[in-house]
Amino acid sequence: MQPDNKTAVNRGLEAAVGENVQQFITFTLGEAEYGIDIMVVREIKGWTETTMIPNAPPHVRGVINLRGIIVPIFDLRTRFGIGVTVPTGMHVVIIVAAGTRTVGLLVDTVSDIISVDPKEIRDVPEMGMPNEDQFLEGLVAIENRMVTLVSLAGLFGMSPDSTKRSATESAGLVAA
Amino acid sequence: MSVSSETEGYPLAQFRKTYFEECAELMDALQSNLELLSSGNEEDEVLHAVFRSVHSIKGGAGAFGCDDLVAFSHTFESLLDALREHKVPATPDLKQLLLRASDALADIVNAARLERQLPDDFAADIRGAMQDVLDRSADAVAAEVTPVAESLAPAVSSEERRYRITFRPHTEMLKKANEPLLLIRQLRKLGALATDVDSLRVPELESIEAEVAYLGWTFTLETSVSPQVVRDVFEFVEDDCDLSIEPADLQAAGQYPAPPAETGPAENVGAIAQVAAPAPVSSQSIRVDVDKVDRLVNLVGELVISQAMLTEQGLSLPADRYPALIQGIEALAQSARELQESVMAIRAQPVKSVFARMPRVVRDLAATLGKEVRIVTSGEMTEIDKTVIEQLNDPLTHMIRNALDHGIEAPRERVAAGKPKQGTIQLSAAQRSGRIVIEVSDDGRGINREKVLAKAQDRGLVPRGANPSDDEIDNLIFLPAFSTADVISNISGRGVGMDVVKRNVQALGGRISVQSSFGHGSTFTLSLPLTLAVVDGMVVSVGKETFIIPLTAIVENLRPQAADIHPVVGRGDVLALRGEYLPLVYLDRCFSIDGAIGDPCRGIVIIVQSEGASRVGVVVDELLGQQQVVVKSLEANYEPVEGISGATILGNGRVALILDVARLQAIDGRGSGGRREPTTIASIETSGDITNAA
Repeated sequence: MQPDNKTAVNRGLEAAVGENVQQFITFTLGEAEYGIDIMVVREIKGWTETTMIPNAPPHVRGVINLRGIIVPIFDLRTRFGIGVTVPTGMHVVIIVAAGTRTVGLLVDTVSDIISVDPKEIRDVPEMGMPNEDQFLEGLVAIENRMVTLVSLAGLFGMSPDSTKRSATESAGLVAA
Repeated sequence: MSVSSETEGYPLAQFRKTYFEECAELMDALQSNLELLSSGNEEDEVLHAVFRSVHSIKGGAGAFGCDDLVAFSHTFESLLDALREHKVPATPDLKQLLLRASDALADIVNAARLERQLPDDFAADIRGAMQDVLDRSADAVAAEVTPVAESLAPAVSSEERRYRITFRPHTEMLKKANEPLLLIRQLRKLGALATDVDSLRVPELESIEAEVAYLGWTFTLETSVSPQVVRDVFEFVEDDCDLSIEPADLQAAGQYPAPPAETGPAENVGAIAQVAAPAPVSSQSIRVDVDKVDRLVNLVGELVISQAMLTEQGLSLPADRYPALIQGIEALAQSARELQESVMAIRAQPVKSVFARMPRVVRDLAATLGKEVRIVTSGEMTEIDKTVIEQLNDPLTHMIRNALDHGIEAPRERVAAGKPKQGTIQLSAAQRSGRIVIEVSDDGRGINREKVLAKAQDRGLVPRGANPSDDEIDNLIFLPAFSTADVISNISGRGVGMDVVKRNVQALGGRISVQSSFGHGSTFTLSLPLTLAVVDGMVVSVGKETFIIPLTAIVENLRPQAADIHPVVGRGDVLALRGEYLPLVYLDRCFSIDGAIGDPCRGIVIIVQSEGASRVGVVVDELLGQQQVVVKSLEANYEPVEGISGATILGNGRVALILDVARLQAIDGRGSGGRREPTTIASIETSGDITNAA
């Protein structure tokens, strides 16, 4: 059973249009701080042991039982190509709705909820890393911090008309 | 049941949908009752049931302006009515006509549902034939006593009846804005009405409350309509009043409540209401959205998992210190299991709904092929999961067509072979050891093994010089692109026949096999699981990982001697077992799992065989036990994984993956992480469909 994200998206749109403000949940990977649209976040839970998926790409940490739903967990650090997370009980999994799917993102900590005026979002400078660039949506400066906004669509290749499988392939979820 | 408030809010489209859903059920009932009739069962019960089905279809059709449907079903209904009144004899010809009429009716209903226009003369011949029979019987009857009109519309009785109606509204009824006066006016339209007011309960003026119902009425109604029509006047208020409708002169009319067969002239008054509140008398069932049932099945699945988790925890406690807790856990386990079975039973339906469609397939095809065939069904009440039933139609239709086209011979050929002119196809269902077994057998020519083998050799499916057993030859017909029909017809014979059937059946977790005797016929046997949502599995461990192997795939478990393992260059290891050599699949290598034993002589070899695949030995570390597991989809949130057919949740809350044994060898053969390529029939994809249930 999928959570009904349609209403959530609608609410998100209303908030953005109505108050002209977008909210993000921020999390850390090492020193770096990232933000993800609060409207796609379903819940945040502590790390639990996963069941490995045979021959899956390295960033797929396996699957967990989320109240009866089988949810795959992706290691964002590995996905961004900056190492492999060695998870402990202190690590956090952000459960997000990516299109019709529910997936978990393994991160170090969840730190904050920020409200951002879309006009304040800066483009990510080209870093010549095609893989990483497509996951990132923009940059926001909050006080003295720099938060990188993560694009779920970029992560999971949610182009509207592509099928599930080709979508994941184009997003590079299948081992290169 | 507050029919009034709900029905008024419903748009017509909703009624329409409900009506056609009902039509489908009515058509099924009609078909199976007509089959009964034509097989010689001419009891009144059957005739009434047939009449009721057509009558109900006609009733709704009027409300939705399906004129073709009304016209056709009216003639059909009249004929059936004449039949049940014994005004026309139930000759074999007439029964044949009824069957053809029901086929035509099915087409008209379908066209109406899709709002498609049928040709003007559609089924005109059938309708004409029915009218002929009616006219002839009417003439015959007219010669005796009754006028012609009577036989065409005998459901309308011209007899005057007298009803005594006592009616006392509850306060509730007034609160729902129902006005007694309107009801009385409506009654008056039905006939001569005498009214008697019971005002005994009206209190003193100062204590009268405006919103309370004090009055009651006794009516005496003289009318020609049936009790049901009278009753329909009160339809929307009957839960909120005391109501009794009795024939005033008891010898005159049927007792209330009227059986549905007497609702003759009620269509105009009650058509919408009938659609909204179907068959109040005969049916003890409710219509429930399948999604709701699925949700229930899922929830119960969760409950069973939580219960298993509790049980596991509970067992680790000292029983003497927490006796009540342990007892509670045991009781919970019991109830959870019963609950699960009951919920699964909701999804179970008799295979009748699929079987009932087959006689028509046979009739149509037999006519096209110029063969004489009858179909005999048995075990229609055998129940099986709804999802399985839905996907059973195609393979069954295919098998029946195949039996008709390839099995049953032309009449002349049959007579020459000393068989009865009419061929017989038997379709049966039965439950055997936790599975449903469906058999399709014919008394036709059987499989010509020489021809099959020759063809297989021509196509390079069997090496020349090989000497396959009869059984192996018979099963060649399940290979893709195999057809022995001499002439490619549009019925079967394109070679997309039995392999598709086999694939469909496998997708359902089933097996198919054939036994044949040349010259005497063939029997196809389908064996299907009762449900797709639950599988019996063997829990095995490899390193730190746990997997489930479906029990149906397991042939045996053993720990071999080192001397029985032989490496074969380029093919990995094989296991010598009773003179046979079985390829070994090391699960740890196949799935890149660290820390496994990886030695068949110290671990366990599980010999598995899936449909159509050769046997394979799967090397694991340890057997952890057998368990019934609820199948969950891995693809819902991830993607298909090669060698895995689904996932489940174990008692400890952890996910365990269910192996797709048919694919294992293919992965092992190519090393890990390769692409899918169907190389053998063993690689028919089953992973997608088995997991749908989650």
